Amino acid sequence: MISLTDVSKAYSSSVSIGPVSVDIDAGGITALVGPNGAGKSTILTMIGRLLSLDSGRIEVAGHDVVNTPSKAIAKIISVLRQENHFVTRLTVRQLVSFGRFPYSKGRLTLGDEKYISEAIDFLDLTDLEDRYLDQLSGGQRQRAYVAMVLAQNTDYVLLDEPLNNLDMQHAVAMMKQLRRAADELDRTVVIVLHDINFAAHYSDRILAMKDGQVVEHGTPAEIMRDDVLTRVFNTDVQVVPGPNGPLAVYY
Amino acid sequence: MLKTAQDAPAQRGTQQTPQQSRRSGPLTGRRHRRVYALVTAVLILISLGSTAGILFYNNPMPVGSDGWWLIAGMRRDSLLTIAVVALCHAMATIAFQTAVNNRIITPGIMGFGSLYTAIQTGFVYLFGITGVVMLVGVPQFFLQMAVMMLLATGLYTWLLSGKFSNIHIMLLVGVVLGGTLGSLSTFMQRMLTPSEFDVLTARLFGNLSNARAEYLPYAIPIALAVAVVLWLWAPKLNVIALGKDNATNLGLNHKREVIKILLLVSILVSLATALVGPMMFLGFLTAALAYQFGDTYSHRHLFPLGFLCGYAVLSASYFVLRHVWDAGGAVTVIVELVGGLVFLFFLLRKGRL
Ligand SMILES: Nc1ncnc2c1ncn2[C@@H]1O[C@H](COP(=O)(O)OP(=O)(O)OP(=O)(O)O)[C@@H](O)[C@H]1O
Ligand SMILES: [Mg+2]
Repeated sequence: MISLTDVSKAYSSSVSIGPVSVDIDAGGITALVGPNGAGKSTILTMIGRLLSLDSGRIEVAGHDVVNTPSKAIAKIISVLRQENHFVTRLTVRQLVSFGRFPYSKGRLTLGDEKYISEAIDFLDLTDLEDRYLDQLSGGQRQRAYVAMVLAQNTDYVLLDEPLNNLDMQHAVAMMKQLRRAADELDRTVVIVLHDINFAAHYSDRILAMKDGQVVEHGTPAEIMRDDVLTRVFNTDVQVVPGPNGPLAVYY
Repeated sequence: MLKTAQDAPAQRGTQQTPQQSRRSGPLTGRRHRRVYALVTAVLILISLGSTAGILFYNNPMPVGSDGWWLIAGMRRDSLLTIAVVALCHAMATIAFQTAVNNRIITPGIMGFGSLYTAIQTGFVYLFGITGVVMLVGVPQFFLQMAVMMLLATGLYTWLLSGKFSNIHIMLLVGVVLGGTLGSLSTFMQRMLTPSEFDVLTARLFGNLSNARAEYLPYAIPIALAVAVVLWLWAPKLNVIALGKDNATNLGLNHKREVIKILLLVSILVSLATALVGPMMFLGFLTAALAYQFGDTYSHRHLFPLGFLCGYAVLSASYFVLRHVWDAGGAVTVIVELVGGLVFLFFLLRKGRL
């Protein structure tokens, strides 16, 4: 379980996030939704201890993320940021192999290689594994980053907008793969999504944020309602029944 | 959903067979390995050639006589100096650029040169020509090194741990500090007599003959010890090169590691500067060549390449300038000129820091 207690972050006197108190159950996929600037990335990166807290406490599987050594956390939580940029030139496979660093400390064993191959295959990158990242399309690169995080083989996987740059086919494939990771490998996935319909279809819980606060937290059925979505996104939203569950229409 | 479940066993089946051949490594394939080996071999050949040239070319004494050995021994000291300087600048720059996640700025730009100039000028200003002599000697060598290290470490840790943990601010402070110390030196130089000024200028350019043989027994072990530590840290450096967030995600305490690396970097740069004087672009040149030729993230591949580039460039130009054209003092000037041009070229091509 991920539990946040009075977590807050003040970027400046006018922009502050929180205080947020929320418990995210272990297992399954939790989608983090909300308008731009709501604080989704801030909360996600604080859970992944990439950003320091100004106050409050975050525990993941009983470990305080601030006080537990980073080394130990790296085997429990993996986190991918919204933007990634590397000064070094890396191939897909080299990048993914870094996901094994918490275990291998740089000396890859055959077991590590197996995890790396699996993560690459999992994201459909087998044919591209020897390509350099700068020779890939944005979506292929995005999948390579996710593969690195999966190779890290942690119980908790935090992803900030992993569907960025993905086409329809790959966005669906990515969500199915994360679904499989949650169902078959028992991972707890927390994912920032902008498409509420994706969130409703593929996730078990939806956490909606607005103006630095958690405003809704519930199952897709509870969140997929006209009034709730209209309030969260400041846009008129109508929920209509679709072939595979409710659909939000906002255009 | 059903489809993915069916996919799963099929996918796993295909994974088993090619597994053996699918390996990860710093060099991506046969071609990459060949290029790396070839470049290394060429650099070693150049280094060996110029080493032999410096040692044996044009030795006026009869081969094997005492005088011949004496001259060869003096030339050996020059070679050792070149090796130490190349090692320090190459490793320091590569490690620094990894730590700050930027391949343009170098530790040499951070005010080291100006501090060296200020120390030297200050002594001549205060004590006249004897001041230059007072700066020669092992304790003084360590003193200069310590002052420079203090500056560097203070600057790095203050800037990285405070709320200004920002490369651009660090760079700006470095440049401003350099400018301030520079004008202080210029001011003191105005007050010198022409002869004092003459003696001083000779010391201010990076010059391989500034190094005195008695420094080497101290400089070599220090440089080697630091190099060994950096070598052992290479896997961590590879991760730090991925940036703060990725390094943290992979379990490193990023800030602590960066400060540790910068500490070692400041030892290396202060050592090289105290030994032969400031060289701003040698490190940049060697690191850029190492990235270009090595094309890998692996610091265990980049470090040797950087060192070899530095040694080859310095020793070859030393041989040509000193033994063929008889202009030994110009070596560092030429190397810096070339390094500076390469730096400008990279900066303009990239268009940003
Ligand atoms: N480094 C920073 N310095 C100052 N303010 C920041 C910083 N990062 C984020 N903010 C501000 O904090 C607020 C929340 O930002 P955050 O990135 O968490 O939003 P988000 O919900 O992820 O938005 P998006 O959907 O656009 O990614 C925004 O108002 C943003 O301007
Ligand atoms: Mg965001």
